[in-house]
Amino acid sequence: MDFALSEFQQLLKEQAERFVEREYGFEQRRAIIAAEPGYSAAHWQTFAELGWLGLPFAEENGGFGGTVADLAILFEVFGRGLVVEPYLATVLGGLAVERAGTAAQKDAILPGVIAGTQRLALASTETGGRPGALHVATQAKKVTGGWQLSGRKAVVLHGASADTLVVSARSHGAHDAPGGIGLYLVPAAAYGVTCRGYATVDGLRAADVTLDRVELGDDALLGEATGGYALLDALLDLAAIAGCAEALGCMQALIDRTAEYLRTREQFGRPIGEFQVLQHALVDMYMAAEQARSITLAVALKAGAPTPERQRLVAAARQFCADAGRLVGQTAVQLHGGIGVTDELDVAHYFKRVTMLPAWFADNGQPLDRFQTAAA
Amino acid sequence: MDLDFSPEDEAFRAEVRAFLDTRYPADIRRKVELGLALAKDDYVRFQRLLYLQGWIAPSWPVEHGGGGWSATRRYIFEDELAAADTPRIMPFGLKMLAPVLMAFGSPAQQQRFLPRILASEDWWCQGYSEPGAGSDLAALRTRAEAVGGGYRVSGSKIWTTYAHYADWMFALVRTGSGGKKQEGISFLLIDMISPGVSVRPIVTIDGLHVVNQVFLEDVFVPAECLVGAEGKGWAIAKFLLGHERSNIAGVARSKQQLRRLKRIATERGLLADRRFADQVARLEIDLLALEYTDLRALWAEAAGHAPGPQASLLKVRGTQIQQALSELLMQAVGPYALPYDAQVLKLGWQDQAPVGPDYAAPLAASYFDTRKTSIYGGSNEIQKNILAKAVFGL
Repeated sequence: MDFALSEFQQLLKEQAERFVEREYGFEQRRAIIAAEPGYSAAHWQTFAELGWLGLPFAEENGGFGGTVADLAILFEVFGRGLVVEPYLATVLGGLAVERAGTAAQKDAILPGVIAGTQRLALASTETGGRPGALHVATQAKKVTGGWQLSGRKAVVLHGASADTLVVSARSHGAHDAPGGIGLYLVPAAAYGVTCRGYATVDGLRAADVTLDRVELGDDALLGEATGGYALLDALLDLAAIAGCAEALGCMQALIDRTAEYLRTREQFGRPIGEFQVLQHALVDMYMAAEQARSITLAVALKAGAPTPERQRLVAAARQFCADAGRLVGQTAVQLHGGIGVTDELDVAHYFKRVTMLPAWFADNGQPLDRFQTAAA
Repeated sequence: MDLDFSPEDEAFRAEVRAFLDTRYPADIRRKVELGLALAKDDYVRFQRLLYLQGWIAPSWPVEHGGGGWSATRRYIFEDELAAADTPRIMPFGLKMLAPVLMAFGSPAQQQRFLPRILASEDWWCQGYSEPGAGSDLAALRTRAEAVGGGYRVSGSKIWTTYAHYADWMFALVRTGSGGKKQEGISFLLIDMISPGVSVRPIVTIDGLHVVNQVFLEDVFVPAECLVGAEGKGWAIAKFLLGHERSNIAGVARSKQQLRRLKRIATERGLLADRRFADQVARLEIDLLALEYTDLRALWAEAAGHAPGPQASLLKVRGTQIQQALSELLMQAVGPYALPYDAQVLKLGWQDQAPVGPDYAAPLAASYFDTRKTSIYGGSNEIQKNILAKAVFGL
């Protein structure tokens, strides 16, 4: 048992903190999200130069062989800075290629990802029926020399800025059977692909993607046409861990700002931090965030556990961090009073991000359900 | 960072489990399983068993006869004790007074008291709270007047757990007046058979007698029973709070209660009820988050970091989870929580046929009794005051 950061992790953390401190001021971020494409190309280049784009990939694929715990450290700092670049989307797409792709597929995609010239997005969510990664109505039809994809994907994180989409589609089976799901590489520029991009309430970008008889080669399929579900499940769990880590950063920022506000804001002739009812509300925020940190750390360290244990722990962390994020966010706004609901203060923006984090990649089902199913 | 236990740690776990399987008396185990009240002899027999095995004081340094175990080992040990439904090890001598004596006591005091604590030959109780000094502990008024060769102590202590079993009491008393109320407090060791000591039982909400009011009327305490310097008792009290933190969250016991809850809920078909099952799942998730927080604190302590404010967090959340567990356990047996008979709480149903499952009736008593956990040891509101000050400087 050891909770100390490795030397590498310490360096990564400091490097990321420096980046956020210097390059990610509130006004700078505001300018980035107000313009197209909703993130900074210059920052993306910095991500490549700092090696972050290669972090999760194996060394034999040109990456740094980073662990999930390493990634979590980066995402926590991204949470503190409210970073909007398409990092998670690209990493998830890249890991799909790394875990299921052939050597040729990896060669075609990963060097560009690591160099910062290839952005990816994972298109898994659909809106028909009950939400869940099993619910895949998008069709993958085997045709001579390849595949033809048709269907609609919803709220694809950074879908409109991706060069290549990793799309879940069904070659056979009922609309909610695990067996017939595969993951396909779809160039955004392919004929029949339409992306409708839009802003999201937490400052990011998403897209609804329509696939109208998109013709793809045999090399579009990652792994087996029937083996996509387990991979998707693992990727969505990884996204959840990243989301929990990012929530930690948001929560810490909200706690820091609220504590400072309680120390400095005066009413009734004294700092409002002297009022016990407000002190205890702040302590409740702290306790929630500390425990969220513990369970996130645990799940990041155990991300490689056998599937049922991984699913159970990730579900627990998702549930705990969602509840903690809600409590911390709502209380931060409440303790700030009127200024807490204004657009000009960053508190509102952290609140929106921490609130919406659980909604991204929620395809792995309600965490409370999944916790009980995996535990059974 | 990693969360793995070493093969040596796993071997140690197996050793503890095997020992408890073979040596832990079945009659005590049955009482704990059924949630029955334990007698003095149950505690002492169990503690003697651990003493003879060399396991009674895992956190004591080796030179005082302790185990000197790592944080990981202590965690595993607690886990296995709880899973085997053992009694709690009484903390008053082993976990509270002993570290004080090691840090502040004279060599003579250490030699006189530590071996007897280790062997469970003396039963200690804690004389802190008074009728007029609860959360505001420093408002205590029990007076110790210096007389030839020692002190004459007069006053009253309350909520004294197992004072009726105790041979000795460690107490905070007022030896000086004037200045801040934290000044002029001293730390005394009081022999319970001294003339002038009397113990009045307080029957608590579960109908049982565990806590007491202790009256001290002109009790003579020899000077060699003063620990540390006269007037420096508050520093000792604060030191002790820092040492009370190990196992303050009670995670291992709560894990065992959760296993019990799931077993009962399964037996009664309640896990098929989504409303009930969701409550159990939420509690299990809360307990996981607390357990990893506990492990982080243990690790930090072992890595030599100063005790942080986490102790207060662990106390607040630990007790909230204990209370939530006791509530769901009671709800799980429905109307079979209703029958009440103090004899059943002590001895079980014996020759009578139980009303409902034999474990059911004590669950209500346990629920009511567990409300004390967020009040004792510094109420949860006091803990939040401590956190506001320690973490945020408020």
